[in-house]
Amino acid sequence: MTNKILEIEKLTVSFDGFKALNDLNFSMDAGELRVIIGPNGAGKTTFLDVITGKVQPTKGRVLFKGKNLKKIPEHKITRMGIGRKFQTPRVYLNLTVRENLDLVANQNKNVFPTLFGRPSSTEKRTVSGLIETIGLDAKANLQADLLSHGEKQRLEIGMLVAQSPDLLLVDEPAAGLTDEETENVGALLLSLAESHSIIAIEHDMEFVRQIAKDKVTVLHQGSVLCEGKMDEVQNDPRVIEVYLGEPLDK
Amino acid sequence: MSSELNTGVYKQKQRRQKRLIEAGIIIAIAFILAVILPAVLPAFRLRLFGRFLALAIVALGIDLIWGYTGLLSLGHGIFFALGGYAIAMHLKLQIPEGQLPEFFTLYGVDKLPWFWQPFYSFPFTLIALVVIPGVVAGLLGYLVFRNRIKGVYFSILTQAALLVFFNFFNGQQKLINGTNGLKTDTEKIFDLLVSSSAVQRTFYILTVICLILIYLLCRWLTSGRFGRLLIAIRDDETRVRFSGYDTTGFKVLVFAISGAIAGIAGALYTVQTGIITPTIMQVAFSIEMVIWVAVGGRGTLIGAIIGTLLVRLAQTFLSERFPQVWLFFQGALFLTVVTVLPNGIVGWFRDYAWIKARSLFGLKQQLITYPQIEEDPEIQRERDQLTRK
Repeated sequence: MTNKILEIEKLTVSFDGFKALNDLNFSMDAGELRVIIGPNGAGKTTFLDVITGKVQPTKGRVLFKGKNLKKIPEHKITRMGIGRKFQTPRVYLNLTVRENLDLVANQNKNVFPTLFGRPSSTEKRTVSGLIETIGLDAKANLQADLLSHGEKQRLEIGMLVAQSPDLLLVDEPAAGLTDEETENVGALLLSLAESHSIIAIEHDMEFVRQIAKDKVTVLHQGSVLCEGKMDEVQNDPRVIEVYLGEPLDK
Repeated sequence: MSSELNTGVYKQKQRRQKRLIEAGIIIAIAFILAVILPAVLPAFRLRLFGRFLALAIVALGIDLIWGYTGLLSLGHGIFFALGGYAIAMHLKLQIPEGQLPEFFTLYGVDKLPWFWQPFYSFPFTLIALVVIPGVVAGLLGYLVFRNRIKGVYFSILTQAALLVFFNFFNGQQKLINGTNGLKTDTEKIFDLLVSSSAVQRTFYILTVICLILIYLLCRWLTSGRFGRLLIAIRDDETRVRFSGYDTTGFKVLVFAISGAIAGIAGALYTVQTGIITPTIMQVAFSIEMVIWVAVGGRGTLIGAIIGTLLVRLAQTFLSERFPQVWLFFQGALFLTVVTVLPNGIVGWFRDYAWIKARSLFGLKQQLITYPQIEEDPEIQRERDQLTRK
C-alpha cells in the first residue's frame, strides 16, 4: 500500500455539453515526478484547473491526500499544499522581486494579520534565501516589469517554492525559453522533485525526455490514453497514431 | 558582510530623513490651510474651499478602491449622501423637546419615524456617519465580490445601486423630506447657528484635520504588505487566489473603508453647503468624483487631492467668468487626461517632469535601469567563463 498524494476517479468536466475531460482516472504516489503529455485540446490545462479548484468537476472526484476537493475555494486548496505555475509567467509586474516573494511567503494570509502583521525574521530569511536560489539577488529591488522572460519564469518558480507546497503543478515550464534556459528549468525541476511531488505538463519532447524519470501519462480527448515509462510510451502505437494523426502500418 | 550592514544602516537613515521631510511638508501644508487661508480669504470663499477639501476626502477613498485595488466604483454618491444625511438629521433634531422638524407637519406626520430617534444623540451621530456608510459598502461589496463580479459589471452594479438609493431618498417625503432634502444652515449646533462664521470656521478646521488624518490612514494602508496585496489584486486577482489569499475579504474591507471615508466627506460637505438633497446621488456627481482621481493620478493618493482641488477651483473660476464654457472645459479636461496623461498630473510629474527638471538644473539624473554590470551575477559569471578560456 503506497502513499497516494493524488487520486482522481471517473472525472468528467463538460462545458455546455463539450467534454473537456471524459471519465478520467489518474493516481500518483507521494514524491513522484509525473509528466503529462498530449496533443492540443487533450484537456491538460483543464486537468490542472480541476485540481486547483478553478473549475468544478461535472462528475467524479479529486482526492488530495485522501481529502475530496469538491467545492473548496482556490485559496484553501492552495493552503492545503497545492501550488500552481501558469503557462505564461504570472508575477506581479508593479511590485519588486522581493515584494513578489514576500507576498507569497506571508505565513498568515488572513485579512487582519496581513494588515497589522510585520514580516517576521523567518519570512525575511526565506525570501532572501529564495532570491539567491533563483539568482536574482542583483535585481531584488527592481520592478518585476523590468525582468526578462526567463527571469520572470525563475521568479515565478521561486514564488511557488515559497508557498512550500507538497504538490507542484507546472504548466509548460519550457514554453518560450531558449535551449539553455530550458535545460536550467529542467535541472531546477529535477532538484525540486527530490522534496516535492510534481506534475509537469509539457509539449516539448526533448524536455520531457530530460525530466521524465518516473512515469509519463498521455492524455487524449479528455481521458488517459496510456501510462508508463518514457520509452514504453514513445513506442506505443496508439500514442504515435494520436501524435502523427494516422495509423502506423507496418 | 560589513558593507552590507553599513548600507542597511544608511538606508534606514535615508528612510528616516525622507519621512522627516514628508512630515515637514505635511505640517507646512496644514499650517497654510488651517492658519493662513482663513486669515486671507473672505468667509464665503473659505467656506467654498472647505467644501472642496471635503470632496478631496471622498477622492482619497476612491483612489483607495480604484487606483490601488482596481475596482471602479460609480456609486460613491450613496456613501457620501449617507454621511451627509446622518449629520443633517442630527441638526434637524436640535429643537425644543416634543416638537418635530417643520417639514414633517407638511406631510401630516405627527410622530417622529423610529430611525430618527437615535440621532438625538451627538456621539451616536458621529459614529453613525462613519459606520453606516461603511457597513452599507461592506454589505454591497460582500454580495458583489463573493459572486466574483468585477470589471465593468462591478461599475454597472454600483451605478444601479446608486439609482436605487437616489429614487428611494427622492420619493420618501414622509421619512426624510424627499426631493427637498434637509436644510442645515438654519439649525443650531451646541446652541450656535450652523451658518455663523465661528461654526463654519470650526468646520473648516475640522475638514483640514480630517483630510490629513485620512490621507495618513490611506498612506498606512497602501504602504505595507497590505497595500502591495491590493496592487497584486488589481494586477492579477486569479494569481493572488492561487497564492493562498482569499481576495473577497480584502476587497470587502477596502470597499467598506472607502465607503466610510466617503461618509465622513459627505458630512463635512453637507454642513459647509447648508443643505443635503438627493441630487447628491445623481449619476453625474459620482462620475465626477472618478474624474478628479483620474485627473490627479490614480494610485498616488496625493493626486486625488490635487485633482479634486484643481478641477473644482477651475470650475468655480470658469463658471464665474464664462458660465457657458465650463461644461466644454470639463469635457476637454477629461479627454486630455485620458489621451495625453493616462497617469494623471502626478503620474506625469513623477515619470517625466521631475526627471526633466532635475536635468535642467544640472542635477544628477535619476536613471531607472538595470543594476550596474559589475553587480550583475550573470554577466560576472559569463565574464569569468570567458577569461578562464
